[in-house]
Amino acid sequence: MSLLRAEKISVHFGGVKAVQEVSFAVERGEVFSIVGPNGAGKTTIFNLISRIYDCTHGQVFFDNEDITTVPTHKIAELGIARTFQNTELFEQESVLSNLLIGCHVHRRTNLVSELLFLPAVRRQELAFRKTVEDVIELLDLQSYRDQIIGNLPYGVRKMVEIARALCLQPRLLLLDEPSSGLNPEETDDLSFWLEDINQELGITVIMVEHDMNLVSQASDRVLALADGQLVTIGAPAEVQNHPEVLRAYLGD
Amino acid sequence: MRFIRKTRYEQDIQLVKHNGQLFWFGLLLLAVLTGPLWLDRFLMGEFALVFIYAIAGLGLMILVGYTGLVSLGHAAFLAVGAYVHAYFLTLGLPFPFTMLIATLFSALVGGLIAVPALRMTGIYLAVATLAFAVIVEQVLVHWVSVTGGFRGLAVPKPELFGLNFAGPTAFYFMCLLLLLVCLWLVLNLLRSPAGRAMTAVRDSETSAESMGIHIARTKTLAFALSAGFTGLAGALFAHRLTYLAPDAFTIITSIQLLLMVVVGGLGSLHGVIYGAIFIGLLPQGIAIFRDSVPPALAQIPGLEPAIFGLILILFLVYEPLGIYGRWRKVRLFFEEFPLYRKSTYKRQKSFLRTERLH
Repeated sequence: MSLLRAEKISVHFGGVKAVQEVSFAVERGEVFSIVGPNGAGKTTIFNLISRIYDCTHGQVFFDNEDITTVPTHKIAELGIARTFQNTELFEQESVLSNLLIGCHVHRRTNLVSELLFLPAVRRQELAFRKTVEDVIELLDLQSYRDQIIGNLPYGVRKMVEIARALCLQPRLLLLDEPSSGLNPEETDDLSFWLEDINQELGITVIMVEHDMNLVSQASDRVLALADGQLVTIGAPAEVQNHPEVLRAYLGD
Repeated sequence: MRFIRKTRYEQDIQLVKHNGQLFWFGLLLLAVLTGPLWLDRFLMGEFALVFIYAIAGLGLMILVGYTGLVSLGHAAFLAVGAYVHAYFLTLGLPFPFTMLIATLFSALVGGLIAVPALRMTGIYLAVATLAFAVIVEQVLVHWVSVTGGFRGLAVPKPELFGLNFAGPTAFYFMCLLLLLVCLWLVLNLLRSPAGRAMTAVRDSETSAESMGIHIARTKTLAFALSAGFTGLAGALFAHRLTYLAPDAFTIITSIQLLLMVVVGGLGSLHGVIYGAIFIGLLPQGIAIFRDSVPPALAQIPGLEPAIFGLILILFLVYEPLGIYGRWRKVRLFFEEFPLYRKSTYKRQKSFLRTERLH
């Protein structure tokens, strides 16, 4: 059974039909890419899955559970983590606190015990820290641990955002243009890390991406989108040479 | 510069990070604990006031500094705390108990205020909280059977087991003890998930939500905690005033409280203390100023609020990080001397944020 299934999802903003009746299914353990020209509705699909927008029509199923109407904050608890196109980190906090916030879904203590900092809270903090350190090690972020986000270069912020998403220990990871703003070396590292995340941690990945090299290197299947409509789904090479996709990018 | 070798995760959790802190905070604690030995009656009263302001400031800092919600109506929570405390004291309940009721009741009111306030941010929220403060003020004036209206309400002396806590030394220690407890609670809050959720909401709501943080619940909690601490400060403030009247809790008081956290330094607990000292001692400073200038200038009505407002604006423009921010710069200057670069704290403009989705 597929991990995520979108059935004819549409969203309209007034007269603008940003996404129209798009259906797809993402299998467990897959790296699934969404490509398309600017304004095709890629990020909008992410926002529909992570419930920042409401679907006008259609349904989204995660692990066979209908998540079309669950509250936004519940999405993370279900095991879906995401990053944002232009990074949405907590700017005034250190990398460490950002990653610790990623652990928030695993919180088992209540406010009173936290105000008194009972032993259970201390144990939980140490467990969170362990999770965070594992992620820091995986993504080589050791040297940035105590730095304030506002002082970090863009490439590092991107990685910190991925790290924060991993701290949720999600089953599905949504990456919105992970390589934008990265230099070629960093992009290479990224495809390597994507493989680690996918294979070692067993996390299913959906990414919106413009870099076709990264897409064909890292992804198992690709969905092409144009003007809010599904063009085709298939293996990277197939999609890259699909006449409709070429027309969407290059025009007639 | 001090470099700390970290070998355990606990080192980032514990409250005292290194021996230097232990030494200086220990010294400070010793100084305030021996206060009655080196302070006269008047100064002890002023210090107690600073402690009370600091408790209220902790409350406001949770809301403004850590959750990023502005309140121009915190005098209302101070009033609620003070009146509830005084009212139950007149009924004959013991004062630790009434203090607890005052704190919890203020927290409840804060939580209820959060419900309509959740939909607002920035200037709109500030105006809404201001309106709330006006409503509370009117209630204090018109609910004569409980508040005494303009006649006011006498605050019974705090007594327990026949001991009187109204004397300057006892009151000083009561305020100090409660401040220390509140500081400890807030420090705990900030190193645990609830506090991190608040800073997350402050920095990016979209992102906080996708990390599984319930925005409405977090904001409500911040309001309730903030109001609770301020209510407790109000209960203590009632004893300081000894006689409650609605005109003790006006917009000026709210602005003073906000001034305290902004001048002290938003987003730091050091800032609360600096701000409290500043606000607690500023009226004395203004009084001295009035004495030293020609009477024509000293008699200007509204001099005090004008000076408060001016200071707030000057800090917002020239030192948004407050006294604590300035102190950090000075400290860094000496630590790195002669290598300090002026641009270290230059603010960078950031254009990297995703457009707001909400």
